[in-house]
Amino acid sequence: MARSLRKGPYVAYKLQKKVDQMNDAGKKKPIKTWSRASMITPEFVGHTIMVHNGNKFIPVYITENMVGHKLGEFALTRNFRGHSSKKLK
Amino acid sequence: MARIAGIDLPKYKKGQIGLTYIYGIGRTTAEEILDEAGVDPTKKVQDWTDEESASIRRIIGEIKVEGELRSEVQTNIKRLMDIGCNRGLRHRKGLPLRGQRTKTNARSRKGKRKTVANKKKATK
Repeated sequence: MARSLRKGPYVAYKLQKKVDQMNDAGKKKPIKTWSRASMITPEFVGHTIMVHNGNKFIPVYITENMVGHKLGEFALTRNFRGHSSKKLK
Repeated sequence: MARIAGIDLPKYKKGQIGLTYIYGIGRTTAEEILDEAGVDPTKKVQDWTDEESASIRRIIGEIKVEGELRSEVQTNIKRLMDIGCNRGLRHRKGLPLRGQRTKTNARSRKGKRKTVANKKKATK
């Protein structure tokens, strides 16, 4: 179910603060975050966010098309290496 | 014979069903269109007068159907694939997008079963 519009998009407070700081300073450096549930807002565009996937941080470069998605959608948590081949007995 | 939005012409069907042959029009939309055009929804397609089919055509012209709609869906999917989000990756792999199980079922997305031959049984 979609989030109520009244509340606006969810962005973790700390992450929002860091992005705003970087925008004010005009700097670009990767931000590490665990907040996979945060929505990507237009302010994020052009930044690189290191999104935690439970194991390590995945660098995600934010483009305009990604606005409206959640950070977690870009850092997969599962690692599927394919099924075992027949030759391995 | 009615020819609306390109290629569609179901003939002996009632209007509300006949219109659903157009991609992008289901039962609800069909009824709305016929209501707006002032046509009885149970009237067969072949019995439509010229004015009736003209007004239906005009109403359908305002909504997105057939090729236009298909291409919109395709660009939406392409967008998902290009940004490399989970849904895009699932589209690429032809697996379900919304977290359904894939151990069993999910045949609509995966297509016909592909049996992997001769799974060796563990020897005693």
